[in-house]
Amino acid sequence: MSEGTKTTGFVGWIDRRFPLTQLWEDHLSKYYAPKNFNIWYYFGSLALLVLVNQILTGIWLTMNYNPSAEGAFDSVLYIMRDVQWGWLIRYMHSTGASAFFVVVYLHMFRALLYGSYKKPRELLWIFGMLIYVALMAEAFMGYLLPWGQMSYWGAQVITSLFGAIPGVGDALMTWIRGDFNISGVTLNRFFALHVIALPLVLVFLVVAHILALHEVGSNNPDGVDIKKNKDANGVPKDGIPFHPYYTVKDLFGVGVFLFFFAAVVFFMPSFGGLFLEPPNFQPADPLQTPAHIAPVWYFTAFYSILRAVPDKLMGVIAMGTAIFLLFVLPWIDRGPVRSIRYRGFSYKVALALFAVAFVVLSYLGLQSPSMMIMGLSVKGWARIGGVMYFAFFVFLWVYTFFGLEKTKPVPARVKH
Amino acid sequence: MRKFAVALLIALLPGIALGAEGGQHLMNPDVDVSNTASLQRGAKYFANYCMGCHSLKYLRYSRMAEDLNIPEDVVEKTMIWDGGQVHSKMMSAMASDDGKNWFGAAPPDLSLTVRARGADWVYTYLNTFYRDPESDTGVNNLTLPGASMPHVLWQLQGMPEPVYGEGSGGSLHVKEVEVPEGAGLLSEEEYHQVTRDITNFLAYAAEPVQAERERLGVWVLLFIAVFTALAYLLKREFWKDVH
Amino acid sequence: MNQDGADRSRRRFLTGAVTVVGGAGVVATAVPFLSYWQPSARARAAGAPVEVDISKLRAGQRISVVWRGKPIWVYRRSEAAVDELPQLNERLSDPQSKVPSQQPPYAQNITRSIRPEIGVLIPICTHLGCIPLYRPEEGSVEASWPGGFFCPCHGSKYDLAGRVYSGMPAPLNLQVPPYWYPAENKLIVGEHQDGGAA
Repeated sequence: MSEGTKTTGFVGWIDRRFPLTQLWEDHLSKYYAPKNFNIWYYFGSLALLVLVNQILTGIWLTMNYNPSAEGAFDSVLYIMRDVQWGWLIRYMHSTGASAFFVVVYLHMFRALLYGSYKKPRELLWIFGMLIYVALMAEAFMGYLLPWGQMSYWGAQVITSLFGAIPGVGDALMTWIRGDFNISGVTLNRFFALHVIALPLVLVFLVVAHILALHEVGSNNPDGVDIKKNKDANGVPKDGIPFHPYYTVKDLFGVGVFLFFFAAVVFFMPSFGGLFLEPPNFQPADPLQTPAHIAPVWYFTAFYSILRAVPDKLMGVIAMGTAIFLLFVLPWIDRGPVRSIRYRGFSYKVALALFAVAFVVLSYLGLQSPSMMIMGLSVKGWARIGGVMYFAFFVFLWVYTFFGLEKTKPVPARVKH
Repeated sequence: MRKFAVALLIALLPGIALGAEGGQHLMNPDVDVSNTASLQRGAKYFANYCMGCHSLKYLRYSRMAEDLNIPEDVVEKTMIWDGGQVHSKMMSAMASDDGKNWFGAAPPDLSLTVRARGADWVYTYLNTFYRDPESDTGVNNLTLPGASMPHVLWQLQGMPEPVYGEGSGGSLHVKEVEVPEGAGLLSEEEYHQVTRDITNFLAYAAEPVQAERERLGVWVLLFIAVFTALAYLLKREFWKDVH
Repeated sequence: MNQDGADRSRRRFLTGAVTVVGGAGVVATAVPFLSYWQPSARARAAGAPVEVDISKLRAGQRISVVWRGKPIWVYRRSEAAVDELPQLNERLSDPQSKVPSQQPPYAQNITRSIRPEIGVLIPICTHLGCIPLYRPEEGSVEASWPGGFFCPCHGSKYDLAGRVYSGMPAPLNLQVPPYWYPAENKLIVGEHQDGGAA
């Protein structure tokens, strides 16, 4: 894109050896993004910010953390109490974990709203889903590290899921744990994966995600392809350079985000037991399970689906399918229109119900399975929620495959 | 603001409220870790009544002295029983093996009890001991039935008697506890204050940095607000180009 | 982009303001990350002042204690050795102990100590950090050796006050830690008499 630019001086010296100016132009100053991004478009850059926060605070935490069954719990308290500012670094990391999922969930929902997974952005979406799965693995392994009761029993329950696989289940479970139960050996390997292996995978996937985005160009709330309308210089008429227009806009978004983030870090780091669960302030005890265990909130939607199925293997399959269906969403949804603004009324209802189902399932996953809500058990409600979750994908395929959707005309240019 | 936000959150999300085993309704002690006078009294009670058996193994005397505004030599004279230094952690005078032999279970370290169980639970626990001749210690507790801990504050409170009520199945069980008039050295109101101070102190011990964290947080939020306002003006200025 | 409506000076001012405020934020955020590397409360607790009992310390003997992870030597000089110290001045590189970092003010004297016979030193060679050998006996290193400290790594020599000889690889005298006497036979290493730490 930038062949015409000739640089001189120091930058020129570098440019003849490394494509610095070209990278700057391709990805920032001459990357043309649609001018009509709305509030939903802040969460991508915020996810990047949280990733940087997690990597930095994570590196700092490893400096004083001790990945052994004997020392892990005490070393976290050492960081919290004895190390200067250790409490801040640790709260930034624990709050960052939840913040990561908040922005990623909103970022993903944006893609559903405006059809950002559709052609030609299928691979972009797949990279995004891979990031999401890697993030879940990263969060799960990180949660074992404080070696509290919830850490221990959460890892116990999740690694037991592999035991559901017929034939090799038990052997696989033992192999993952490296012991006959969760132990210091498991802690050690989870630590290695959490601090180096998965972060590398995440960074690689994020780069791939951004490269794919900049190859096809950003979608927008109207779902209009801005590359179809270019001016004489080849610049999209509805596009504006990412820098400075979206860099300053995102800077404002960063400010708003940091305000909420700091409010949690400084005033409610446990977030009422959602971000740091009370039983995790007791050291791991392999001989006693806490009275009520639940995963951290960002896993509970899928955990609800798992619990709602009365069969162990089927539960695991249902949970896996719930995630897998998101991967193939670009091929389930065959509707020609991207943005919800111009899609059929039934799609709007279906997406709203899907979002409600996800939130309700997340809530239910935090509750004790035998609790009654309006005469029905949590398990019962979770079955309803789970059916709603899967029904969305079935509906979407039928609705679009058989051409039942009545769409509105999509404008040629972005409107607002 | 924080209290309100937490209250709102807990109201919105029933069931994640801190664990209430035993089904006992929990009383609210109104914990305030910025109330230094209450924390100082709580530290004194803790040293006198609790530290014989319970440790605070994640808290250093010197840290407590600094945070609670107690001179180090006072702490050294009145609180350090085990021959520790002022920089040592607050260990109890009792070896944990002795505790196992005497009470059947080693008295737990209390550093994180408030974070694990909640301040309400600790406060209610201290107020729900009752006389139970069938137990080894002569007392039982409504909040933690079968607790192996004796009622170490009984002289202050007076030994509460159990009040029986009928359960759903028609069986009798202890419903509440009642202190006979004039049985203790303190009035009911005074005893509540003592247990509130102890709970407050344990809430401090569960997260010593809490008060400092909130003080600092106000400045951080103000700073971010200023930055965000400037960033907004900058964004608006640049976006004048976009039509 | 149509920049006709742009107010250049306002744009420059706001860019500057956001850069300055944002930069201040980044610097402020860096403070906790850098302070995190400072000694923790545990390290400082382990580095608390150390008490030394010198009632049984005879001339020529030495007690070794650890303060902040470093060795501290407390040793008693014979009267003869104390008397001999001024005569060595010409052979030393800093006989008057003029470098302030190497001793507290109350040890800036010919014996580099509060009491002439009791020496207190951090025996870490100022050359490259080896621990010198304690050789108080005359002639124990070489024929003309009046007693002192000898570093086996690169041959630096110090007298019994820890003063380095001229022409040695080591540039400075051995360091004297802060210390004081709370009682006749008791010595506290690691703080000054007024309670201040090092």
